[in-house]
Amino acid sequence: MKVLYPFIAVLALVAVALVGSQISGLQYLLGIALPYLAFAIFLGGFVYRVLQWAKTPVPFRIPTTCGQGKSLSWIKRDPLDCPNNKLEVAGRMFLEIFLFRSLFRNTKAEIGEGPQLSYGSSKYLWLFGILFHYSFLVIILRHLRLFTEPIPLFVKVIEFGDGILQLGAPTIYQTDLVLLGAVAFLLGRRLIMPQLRYISLPADYFPLLLIFAIAVSGILMRWVFRVDIIAVKQLTDGIASFSPVLPDGIGAMFFVHVVLVCTLLIYFPFSKLMHMGGVFLSPTRNMSNNSRAVRHINPWNDPNIKPHSYADYEDEFREFMVEAGLPVDKELPPAEKKEE
Amino acid sequence: MYDGAKIIPGLIIFVVLATFAIWYGAGDVKQVPKPEKPVGYTNCVKPTQEMKESHMTLLNQWRDEVIREGKREQVEAGGKMYEKSLQNGCMHCHTSKEKFCDVCHSYASVRPYCWDCHMSAKKIKGLEEAI
Repeated sequence: MKVLYPFIAVLALVAVALVGSQISGLQYLLGIALPYLAFAIFLGGFVYRVLQWAKTPVPFRIPTTCGQGKSLSWIKRDPLDCPNNKLEVAGRMFLEIFLFRSLFRNTKAEIGEGPQLSYGSSKYLWLFGILFHYSFLVIILRHLRLFTEPIPLFVKVIEFGDGILQLGAPTIYQTDLVLLGAVAFLLGRRLIMPQLRYISLPADYFPLLLIFAIAVSGILMRWVFRVDIIAVKQLTDGIASFSPVLPDGIGAMFFVHVVLVCTLLIYFPFSKLMHMGGVFLSPTRNMSNNSRAVRHINPWNDPNIKPHSYADYEDEFREFMVEAGLPVDKELPPAEKKEE
Repeated sequence: MYDGAKIIPGLIIFVVLATFAIWYGAGDVKQVPKPEKPVGYTNCVKPTQEMKESHMTLLNQWRDEVIREGKREQVEAGGKMYEKSLQNGCMHCHTSKEKFCDVCHSYASVRPYCWDCHMSAKKIKGLEEAI
C-alpha cells in the first residue's frame, strides 16, 4: 500500500521522539542540534534548488494559454489567460500565488447516463487548498512569539485575531481546526477517489500525513499533554539567538512536535513541497505569450555562429550539388563549366 | 544563470524573511521571566510543575464551577484551605498581577481574558484614589 509506508514512517518518527525525550543526552540532540541542522538544510536546499532551476534554460515561450491571445484589434482577448506583456504576467502570477487561480479552474469529468460525458466545475480542491495554505501561514507567523523577544506587534495582532473566539483556556485558535480539517480533506480526497488513489504515490501521502501529525502534536501540546511554555520559549528563543539552553521539565510532546517539524524542514527541499519556490519559476505561468510580436533568441546560441541562409549554403556547395545532379537555384557560371 | 536579476533578489528576500527570528531583536539581552514568589507560602494548590503547565485549565474549571454551578466550597491543599477565586484565592498569596501574572504572560505573549472582568490590586487602588 502506497499510504502504508509513509504512515509507518510518521509513526516511527513519533516513537523516536518519545524515546529521545526521556534520555537527557538525546534531548540536546533532538531539541537543539536537530533544529539547527534542519533549518540549515531547509535554507541551503531551498536556495540550491532554485539556483538549479535558474540555470536551466527555457528556450521557447511555453506559457499555458487558456484564452484568446492578442490578435487583431477587434478580436476580444483574455489578458490574464494569455498575457502579452510583463504587467499582464504579473497579474496572472499574483492571482496564481495569492489566490490559487489554477485550482479554481479545476474541473471534474463525470460519465452520466447515456453514455454522456459531462465536465463540471469542482471548487473543493481550491477551497480546502487555500484554507490549508493560509492557515499554515498564520500558524507559522504565530509561532514567532516563541522565537522573538520582544515580540513584534504583527505577531500579537495575528494571534489576537486567530484566538478571537475566546473559547476555553488556553484559547482555541481557529486556524488549528481549519488546518486539520483541510489536511483531512486533502488526504481523504487521495484515499477515497479511485482516480486519485491510482496516481498517488508515497511522496504525496508523506507530507500530508506529516503535516497532519505536526498539527495534532501541536494541538495535544496545547490542550492535553501540556508543556511549560516559559521553558519552551527559553529553548526556542535561545536557538534563534544562537545561545541555546535546555531548561528542565519540557514535556515529551514538545519533542514529538519538534522532531516532526524538523523532518518537514529537512524533507522540504527534496520534495514536491518545493512548489513554494517553484510557483514563481513556472515557465508555463510566468512567460508572456508574445512570440508573434517579439523575436526570441535561444539563450544558448553561440554568438560566433552566424546565420547561414540557403543562398549561402548553395554558394558553398554548388559544385558538389551540380555534380550529384541536385537541382540548384543558380547554375554554375559558364566559365567554370568549360574548364571541366 | 537566466533571469538572475529577478531570481537572486527573490532568493535574498526569501532568506531574509525566513531568518526573521534570527535578526529581529538580535543582540538584545534575553531575560528569563522571574515571577515574584509569595511570602510565607511554599506550595500552591497543585505541584509547581503542574501549576506552571496547566494553571489556566484549573482557573477555567474553577470559573465554571463557581459562576455556572455555584460550587463555592474551599479547596484543601497541604493542610491549608484556599478560596476558589482569582482575587481572593490566587491573589491572596500572589498579590501583584504586574509582578506575578504579567511577567510570564508578556514573555509568552499570552493575553488571558481574566482581566476583562477582574481588576488587579493596583488598578483597584488607582480607582479608589480617583474617587
